[in-house]
Amino acid sequence: MREVRISLIGYGVVGHGVVDVIGRKRKMLRELGLDLKIVSITDHTGTLIEEDGISGEKVLGHRTLQEIANSEMSAKETIRSVNSELVVEVTPTNIVHGQPGLGHMEEALSNGKHVVTSNKGPLVVAYNKLKRLADDNGVMLKFEATVGGTMPLINLIERTLVGNTILGIRGIFNGTCNYILTRMADEQYPFSRALAEAQELGYAEADPTYDIEGVDTAAKIVILANAIFNMNVKYSDVQVRGITEITPEALALAKKHGYVIKLIGEVPALTVRPMLVPIRSPLAVGSTLNAAAIYTDLSGTITVTGLGAGGVETAAAILSDIVSIYRTKRVDAIF
Amino acid sequence: MRLSMELELQDVPGQLLLALQPIKDARGNIISVVHHRDRKTPRGTVPVRLIVEMDRSKLDGVKRDLEKSGIVVVRAGEERFIEEVSVILVGHVLDSDLGDTVSRIDSTGYAEVMDLSLSMPGVDEPSSAYMKIRATGKEEMQRALKILREVGAQKKLLVIEPVEDDL
Repeated sequence: MREVRISLIGYGVVGHGVVDVIGRKRKMLRELGLDLKIVSITDHTGTLIEEDGISGEKVLGHRTLQEIANSEMSAKETIRSVNSELVVEVTPTNIVHGQPGLGHMEEALSNGKHVVTSNKGPLVVAYNKLKRLADDNGVMLKFEATVGGTMPLINLIERTLVGNTILGIRGIFNGTCNYILTRMADEQYPFSRALAEAQELGYAEADPTYDIEGVDTAAKIVILANAIFNMNVKYSDVQVRGITEITPEALALAKKHGYVIKLIGEVPALTVRPMLVPIRSPLAVGSTLNAAAIYTDLSGTITVTGLGAGGVETAAAILSDIVSIYRTKRVDAIF
Repeated sequence: MRLSMELELQDVPGQLLLALQPIKDARGNIISVVHHRDRKTPRGTVPVRLIVEMDRSKLDGVKRDLEKSGIVVVRAGEERFIEEVSVILVGHVLDSDLGDTVSRIDSTGYAEVMDLSLSMPGVDEPSSAYMKIRATGKEEMQRALKILREVGAQKKLLVIEPVEDDL
């Protein structure tokens, strides 16, 4: 049995999801030969450290660590000093400077710890630097959850579609926008009403700017461009237009002529904009779903779809990244 | 040479066969027939678009034969517009001179707006327009879309383009 000691940095919706999912899947993970132990959790109120592993029962009922923290160590101190080999970084994202996540990831990688994250900001700001840091320290940086939530994309390309040249990726990468556009099309709601409904249902933040202005989608396009296409681009290289100008009349006209309107991100074109998608296209998914078409030279076009957000769903992508680190076998290690 | 013909047929049985006979007689190879039964003209005739591989010198004879059979030949000549895309414009589409927007495409000579529908919810509210653009080839279509994007930027219109099948 391989013990994997994990430091969890960030205890919001995704952090809770990670604790929940690792607890729920303990038996299955053991069958894979992995004993995942969360030995520390840090949020903005403090740190909880337990050498033998933190149980879900103890922490899942708490929204923050305020009442259960047993250390005042900062995230970076925790990463440095707690005996763990893998850091799960799920703090709130900031795509302008990447902090605090960027500092956490740099600390972890330079201390020889693997990093698994759903936090887009640090990767948008400094993907190449983080990748180099990981390579220099012989550890892995995994970030499946940053792009399509639970929809498999990066691992699908890097593992299953390996051997193909990826010509481009085009898709819906924001569930909030997709929900709003779907409701506007189905119910002829004006934008403001569909947005209010998304907020009531918890699909949109109180400040929805990141989602509806296309910022979140553009961040994902930057990550794909850098990670899959080795492009070395920044956020400002992406041409972005959100969905706030879309009217129910435009959606009705589109529908009449066999189309839906979706917010589409494209790599390597580096564009995010509302586009007409034929109703029968596999990309024409509704509700909060994400979808991505991967254009390849050998396999043709592969389209995937799945939930783009949610605590447990995002945690599932994080868990899959963690497991993949320990199932990785280099080709030359087989012989 | 590939030629296109736009005809108008009476909405009675046997008209399509009647229209194809002169082409057959001129040993033309019919590439496609699009019968727009859903788009009847105000005169009650049915538009049909044919694409035919045929010697150009035989075109006038075919036209004469068609007209003798009572078929209206709206246009016949070199096949021009082979690409089509749908686009939606959102914003103050009418106030920003829709006629000018359309003529910026039409005046290229290689593309034209062939279908246009408008939706206007209220005087001060943004309106939406659906248009279908045809162009003589893929490259020409990209040039026409580029013009439309530029016009959209000038007139503060959102131009919603279709995703293409390939990249």
